[in-house]
Amino acid sequence: MEKKPIINLKDISLSFDGEKVLEGLNLSICDGEFVTLLGPSGCGKTTTLRIIGGFLTPDSGDVFFGANRVNDLPPYKRPVNTIFQRYALFPHLNVYDNVAFGMRVQKKKKAEIAKTVERMLEMVNLKGFEKRTVSTLSGGQQQRVAIARALANDPKVLLLDEPLAALDLKLRKDMQNELKNMQKSLGITFIYVTHDQEEALSMSDTVVVMDGGEIQQIGSPLDIYNEPVNAFVADFIGESNILDGVMLSDYKVKFFGRVFDCLDAGFEKDEPVDVVIRPEDINIVPAGNGLTGTVTSVTFKGVHYETIVDFYGFKWLIQTTEYHPVGEVIGIVLDPDDIHIMHKSRYSGMFGDYSSYSEEFDEMNDPTIDLVDDEADAAGEAD
Amino acid sequence: MMKARGAAAPFAVWMAIFTVIPLGVVVYYAFTNADGAFTFENILSIREYAGSLLRSFWIGLLSTFICLLLAYPLAFSISRSKGRVQQTMVMLIMMPMWMNFLLRTYAWQSLLENNGFINQFLGWFGIPPIQMINTTGAVILGMVYNFLPFMILPLYSVMVKIDKSVIEAAQDLGSNTMQVFSRVILPLSVPGIISGITMVFIPIISTFAITQILGGSLINMIGDNIEMKFFGTAPDYNVGSALALLLMVMLLISMGIMNHFDKNGEEVGA
Amino acid sequence: MKALSRIYNTLIFLFLYAPIAVLILFSFNDSKSRVVWNGFSLKWYEQLFGNELIMESLKVTLLVAVLSALIATVIGTMAAVGIHGMNRKLKKVFLTVNNIPVNNPEIVTGVSLMLLFVGAISFMNHTFGTHFKMGFGTLLIAHITFNIPYVILQVMPKLRQMDEHLYEAALDLGCHPVSAFFKVILPEISSGVFTGLLMAFTLSLDDFVISLCTAGSGAQTLSVTIYSMIRRRVTPEVNAVSTLLFGSVLILLILVNVMQIYSENKLKKEQRRAGVR
Repeated sequence: MEKKPIINLKDISLSFDGEKVLEGLNLSICDGEFVTLLGPSGCGKTTTLRIIGGFLTPDSGDVFFGANRVNDLPPYKRPVNTIFQRYALFPHLNVYDNVAFGMRVQKKKKAEIAKTVERMLEMVNLKGFEKRTVSTLSGGQQQRVAIARALANDPKVLLLDEPLAALDLKLRKDMQNELKNMQKSLGITFIYVTHDQEEALSMSDTVVVMDGGEIQQIGSPLDIYNEPVNAFVADFIGESNILDGVMLSDYKVKFFGRVFDCLDAGFEKDEPVDVVIRPEDINIVPAGNGLTGTVTSVTFKGVHYETIVDFYGFKWLIQTTEYHPVGEVIGIVLDPDDIHIMHKSRYSGMFGDYSSYSEEFDEMNDPTIDLVDDEADAAGEAD
Repeated sequence: MMKARGAAAPFAVWMAIFTVIPLGVVVYYAFTNADGAFTFENILSIREYAGSLLRSFWIGLLSTFICLLLAYPLAFSISRSKGRVQQTMVMLIMMPMWMNFLLRTYAWQSLLENNGFINQFLGWFGIPPIQMINTTGAVILGMVYNFLPFMILPLYSVMVKIDKSVIEAAQDLGSNTMQVFSRVILPLSVPGIISGITMVFIPIISTFAITQILGGSLINMIGDNIEMKFFGTAPDYNVGSALALLLMVMLLISMGIMNHFDKNGEEVGA
Repeated sequence: MKALSRIYNTLIFLFLYAPIAVLILFSFNDSKSRVVWNGFSLKWYEQLFGNELIMESLKVTLLVAVLSALIATVIGTMAAVGIHGMNRKLKKVFLTVNNIPVNNPEIVTGVSLMLLFVGAISFMNHTFGTHFKMGFGTLLIAHITFNIPYVILQVMPKLRQMDEHLYEAALDLGCHPVSAFFKVILPEISSGVFTGLLMAFTLSLDDFVISLCTAGSGAQTLSVTIYSMIRRRVTPEVNAVSTLLFGSVLILLILVNVMQIYSENKLKKEQRRAGVR
C-alpha cells in the first residue's frame, strides 16, 4: 500500500546552551501511520516532536508539511495537536470548557461545539463528566480529557509526548490498546514519543530508534527487534547478548573460535562484526557439545529464569523456563536463525555483557562521576 | 516556554528612570559641592557624625539581638503548631504590621511618658515615676516593637521547612531535647537567622521617626542626620547625600555578608 | 515545656498588642488625655470628620494607594511574565534591579527620588517655562516605584509553579500568544496578582518616609499629617484615625481569609464527592 509522506524533516540540527541535541536529522512521516520515536532520555525524541509541533525552531534544516516549509509557522497555525506528558489541562476550566477550548478559539458555533464535545467525550468514555473540575479527575481520566481536547480540533496529526508515563502499569497497558484502536478508527497520523520499548513495539506501525540526537534505525517493530542495525538498537530493544565476531563469508560467522552458520549476508570477507543472540533463543543442553559455560546467577522472574552464564570470561544472559543452579556447567546450541549479524559501530563494546544491567550501576561507585548533575540535566532540559 | 521579554520593557524603563538614575543623582551630590565642582569634602565631613554613627550601630546591634532572642522561641513554637492554630498565629503576628507604624510608635509614647500608663500603674504601688521616654531605652524598645514581626516571619518560614523526620532521626539516634536543638534545629535555622537579621538591622539604623518620637531631640541616629540635612532648618544636600551614600555602602556590605552565608546554606540543602 | 511556651507566646502577643489596645481604648476617651480615662465618648470621631486637613490627607492617601497599586500591578505583572522567560543571566540582572527599592533604606529611596524630582522640575521649568512643582504627581510616581517590586515578587513564584505546558497547550489549540496569556496564564497567576495588588495597596497606605520626601507641599498623605500631629501636642483624634485604619485593615484581612477558606472548602467538597480525596 502506497503511503504518502505528510511531514518531512530535512537535515534538522538544534543546540541548547551550546550542546548539540539534534544533528542532521532526516525523517519522513507517512499519512495514517502510528509512528513512535523511541530512545533513552536525552536522545532528542521529544525535541523532534516539539519541532514538529512548532514549539521549537531548528537552528538549521527544514520542516515540511506536505509541500509547505513551515519552520516559522507558529503552533497555533499548524494542523497538528499535542498531548502533553502531564496533560496540561486548564485547571480553571471544567472538562467541557477544556475540550471546547480549541473550537472556541476558532469561533465555531455553539451548537456545533456542543455536538463535537459530546462526541469526543463519548469516544474517550467520559460521558457525563462535562461539569467536573480538572482537579477532581484521576490521572487516567485527565489523560482522556487531554485526548478529547486535542482530537476535538480534528487535527491531521496527533503528537503524543510520553502520555502514559504517569499511569500505573496495568492502566498503561489498557490505554496502549485504546490509543492504538483510536488511531486505527480515526485514520489520522499519530506521532508517539516514549522511552519504553515494549510500548513502542506493541503500538507502532513504524519505530524510529534514536540516540544522541541521531536516528539509529527506522523500521517496523518486527524488523527492529529481529534485525537491529547496531549494538545500541540491539541492546535497547529487548535484551541481547552481543559479542565480537568475524564474518568469514556470506552466511558464515566465527566467534569464540568456532564457526557458525547464520542467515546474514552482504558483509565483506573477514569483516569484524557484532554478533547478536537473544537470550530467549538460546537452547541449553548438557555440557560437552558446542560452547560450554558456568552458571553464575539465577533469578526467578515468573515468566522465566534469568540465568547469567560465564562463557570464556564473557557473561551471557539466557532466558529459560528450566532451572539450572549456580555452578552448573552447561552447553548451548545455536540455530542459524538465532544469530544476527550487525556492522560494527561506535556502540560496539558498550553493550551486551551482563556483568551488570545498567550503566548507572557501574558509574555509581565511581567518585569522579557526578550523577546528580546528569540527572538534573536529563530532567531539566527537553530531550 | 513563554518568551515575552518585551513585556518587561515598561518595567525596565521605569526602574531605570526612577530607581537607577536617582541613585546616580545621590552619588553626584555626594561628590560635588554647592557650586557643582567635584570634591571629597562631603565624604570627609562624615567624620563629624562619627558619634551618631557609633550610636546607630550599637543601638542597631542591641535591638537586632533582642529581636532575635525574643523572636526565636516564638517562631519555633509557631512552626510546631497544628495547621489552623499556626495560620491564626501567623496572622496575629502580621496584623500589627498592617497598622500604621507611626501610630504604633506613638502608642508607646503614651505608655512611656512620665505621667503615662506605665508610670501611673507603678504609681498605684507607690513607686515614683521612672524616666522612660526620651531615653535610649525607649528607642530600643520602639525598634524592637516595630521590627519584631520582621524577625519572626523569616525565622518561622525556615523552621517550618525543617522536616519532622529529621528531628525524629536525631531522636532515634539518641539525642535528647537540648541536643536536638543545638545540633539539628539551630544549625538548620541559620538561614532564617541571617535573613531576619538582614531584614531588621539596616532598617533599624536608618529609621528616624522612632528616635524622634521616643527619643526626643537628644538621641540622634544616621536616619535623623540625613533627614535633617534634607528637611531640617539648614539643608545641605551634598553632605546629606554623602551620608545616604554611606548607608547604601553599609547595606551592600551587609548584603554581601548575607549572600556569603546564603550560598553555604543553599549547598547544604536548606 | 508546652505550658512554658504557651505563657511565653501569650506574653509576646500581649507585648505586640498592648499599645494598640491602649490606642484604641483612648480614642473613645471623653477627655483630651491619652493616659487618663475619663469616660466613654465618640467626640473625637466626630471631630475627626470635621478636620479638613485629615480628611484631605485621607483622600490623597486613598487615591494614591488605589492608583499606584493598580498601575504597579499592571507594570509588575507584565514584568514578571517577561522576566520569567528570560535566560539566567538576564533574569539575574532584572531581579537585582528589582530588589533595590526593597532592600534600600527608605530614607535613601526617598531622598534619591526627591533629588531627581527637584532637579527634573527645575530643569523643565527653566527650559520650557512650565510651572511644575512637587505634589500628587511625584507622590504617585514614588509610590508606584516602591510597589512594583512587591508585585513582581508575588507573581513570579506563581509563574514558576504554573505548569509550563499550559501556555503551549493553548497555542497548540490555536490561541495567539496574547490571547493565550489572558485565557490561560492570567487565571493561573491571578492569586499572585491579587496578593501583589493588595500588598501594594497596603504598603502605599502605610508609607511614611517616601511620602514625606516626595510630596513636597503639594500633597500630603495621612502618615505625613499624623507625623506632624505627633510632633506637636496631639489630641486623641489621632487615636480615632488609627482605630479606624486598624479596623478597616482588619476587616479587609478577615474578608480575604474567609474568602480563601470558603473556596478551599468548596474545592475539597467537590474532590471528596469525586472520590479523588
